[in-house]
Amino acid sequence: MLFKTIKKQDFFDVFLPDTQCIGPKKVGTNTNGKPIYQFLPFSSFDEIDLDYDTTEYSAKTYFLPYKETLSSFSFKDNDWTQEIKYRTRPRVIIGLHPCDINGLIKLDKVFEKTLFPNPYYITRRQNTFVVGIDCKEPCDGGFCSSVGANTVTHGFDLFLTDIGDRYFVKIGSDRAFNALQKIKTSEITKKDNEIYLQIRNKFEGSFEKTVHVENLPNLLDIEFESDVWRKWGEKCLSCGACAMVCPTCYCYGVTEHISMDFNKSDKIKQLYSCNLNDFAQVAGGHNFRPEPATRLKYRYYHQHRGFVESFGQPMCVGCNRCGRVCLAGINPTDVISDLQREQKR
Amino acid sequence: MKKIMQSYDIRHETDMVEPLDFNRRSRLKDVDRCFKAEITNVIRLTDMEKLFQIRMVNDKDWERFTFLPGQFVMLELPGYGEIPISFSSSPSIRSTIELCIRKAGKVTQALHKAKRGAIVGLRGPFGTYFPMEPMKGNNILLIAGGLGLAPLRAPISFVIENRADFKEVHILYGAKDPSQLLFDYQYEEWHRIDDINLEVIVEQPDKSWIGPVGLITKLLDDIQITPDETYAIVCGPPIMFKFVCKRLSEMGVPMQRMFVSLERRMHCGVGKCCRCNIGSTYTCLDGPVFDFWTVMNLKEAI
Ligand SMILES: Cc1cc2nc3c(=O)[nH]c(=O)nc-3n(C[C@H](O)[C@H](O)[C@H](O)COP(=O)(O)OP(=O)(O)OC[C@H]3O[C@@H](n4cnc5c(N)ncnc54)[C@H](O)[C@@H]3O)c2cc1C
Ligand code: SF4
Ligand code: SF4
Ligand code: FES
Repeated sequence: MLFKTIKKQDFFDVFLPDTQCIGPKKVGTNTNGKPIYQFLPFSSFDEIDLDYDTTEYSAKTYFLPYKETLSSFSFKDNDWTQEIKYRTRPRVIIGLHPCDINGLIKLDKVFEKTLFPNPYYITRRQNTFVVGIDCKEPCDGGFCSSVGANTVTHGFDLFLTDIGDRYFVKIGSDRAFNALQKIKTSEITKKDNEIYLQIRNKFEGSFEKTVHVENLPNLLDIEFESDVWRKWGEKCLSCGACAMVCPTCYCYGVTEHISMDFNKSDKIKQLYSCNLNDFAQVAGGHNFRPEPATRLKYRYYHQHRGFVESFGQPMCVGCNRCGRVCLAGINPTDVISDLQREQKR
Repeated sequence: MKKIMQSYDIRHETDMVEPLDFNRRSRLKDVDRCFKAEITNVIRLTDMEKLFQIRMVNDKDWERFTFLPGQFVMLELPGYGEIPISFSSSPSIRSTIELCIRKAGKVTQALHKAKRGAIVGLRGPFGTYFPMEPMKGNNILLIAGGLGLAPLRAPISFVIENRADFKEVHILYGAKDPSQLLFDYQYEEWHRIDDINLEVIVEQPDKSWIGPVGLITKLLDDIQITPDETYAIVCGPPIMFKFVCKRLSEMGVPMQRMFVSLERRMHCGVGKCCRCNIGSTYTCLDGPVFDFWTVMNLKEAI
């Protein structure tokens, strides 16, 4: 890894307005007076705030859009033709926190590094220049350090750490290296390293919430019939909000939509949630997961057992977005701690 | 920034330039592109099921479309939707495939209205298959309940084409009532020409029914098997294969030699949409064919 330092005001000169830029924008304040941020397109750097704590939604929508046309059929006489398009326009996303970049790395595993690599995802990912930034302090309820998602070593083009008047920059790709040729950068000094490590150590030590996930795959198997699922399942509204905001949830449904003149039909992929009632319902009406509790359990099961089985690490990156968005007060730290307690009893 | 970030076009990747082939599972492909196929014949089997004979519009596509018994295809009816359907014909017939489809909902209803000449899309083949080669030299039990005979017809064809390689062959088939029996025009042929013991049982007989009455497990009462030399393929609703496999276990057949095909909702067929997950297993990639031992170990499988 190559490191540099850059003066803060110099950094922003790299990104010229001919590429779409996305960053954390303040969109309002919540009832407690805290600002609400979202990843949105911006045209000037005054519009974004890189000191943001967290965003309501993750940035996954720029890689896995909530709605995406997979292909279009045009009908003619008794025949049809299928057209497939991939989004190729370059884009820059600035200000992803380590959890979100780790989320992308997990999505890479699912969509790039498995059987049937997915061209829709790969195209968007390759055409996105990712600039990450370290958090200044843990966000509300975040437990990224428990799942090892509080640091990143790859999956980005540039990664910044605020060290006062300058950024400590990790360069993660050749295109990032080229981009930095255009501005003034400085070599890392011993002093810089010290400041960087000091800031990082302070951050690591400041987490309030922790959960133990090491034994979870096994525990989830043992506690499959646990009352914990009923307890939390009864609260769940099956709204699916948790999966929508999650940086790693990727399941979806496909439907077809015919145009009004019957000449064209679009096959549209829409992100779904395993908490929604008909997720596992098959033709004839049978539902393999009819109760909210079985569906909630499945979500945890996939994230902390299934994914571990396939990729050797949990899918959850501990951002607690699902916990914050849930109207029923369901959050991973409480659910997992409950399970752990259940076993100790 | 423009100079630094040239737009990446996946279509220039060498894998993408090569023709579509779903058997190359690790290669980068247009995963949503269908092969174009034409319905050449529609055969009505019962009120609810029809058999569709389908062939590729482009003859060259056959070169990249080989399947094995037990695998499935995503059948696209443009404008309506895409559904997973098991192959119901012999893999060795390289000119037509047959799909037996029950009228169950939106897409299947539309299909039932489709006529000869209609153009559909095929993606696949996908999924695991029945290990027919290792079964050679053994007795084989082919057991179906209801629509289960549709996917079972692929291994049946394989066994018939390689009849000399198998010892005793039994086909056991159970249905609700005689009007729901599928492929009844083939029973005579299976029984007489191919030296197969075929037993059919119904739950609710009509006046003309002369065969046995009851549940499919009843047919196992009269069958003598040597467990060490027997394989079983069981297709049908979960409740049916659960009882059948339990019975076969009691008769001494090892669980790793019983194979079942599971059904789940599927929206992609390529391990991405998660709709087919059982616990953390993908039915479309790790299944739909599983040995019974694996099924027993899957949470919420049956
Ligand atoms: C591996 C496999 C093999 C199958 N083989 C056969 C077969 O040989 N013959 C046959 O008649 N049926 C088979 N089915 C079941 C068949 O896929 C469903 O009957 C069909 O999807 C119903 O679609 P529909 O649009 O008519 O129903 P609707 O209820 O209107 O379904 C709407 C959508 O839901 C999804 N869906 C609903 N039920 C199912 C389901 N059971 N499985 C997967 N997706 C579903 C589909 O994507 C469909 O587009 C198989 C299913 C699987 C998983
Ligand atoms: S856990 Fe909360 S956010 Fe998720 S579906 Fe249930 S109620 Fe909705
Ligand atoms: S499950 Fe919740 S805490 Fe974990 S990554 Fe998803 S939104 Fe974040
Ligand atoms: S059908 Fe989509 S993951 Fe299996």
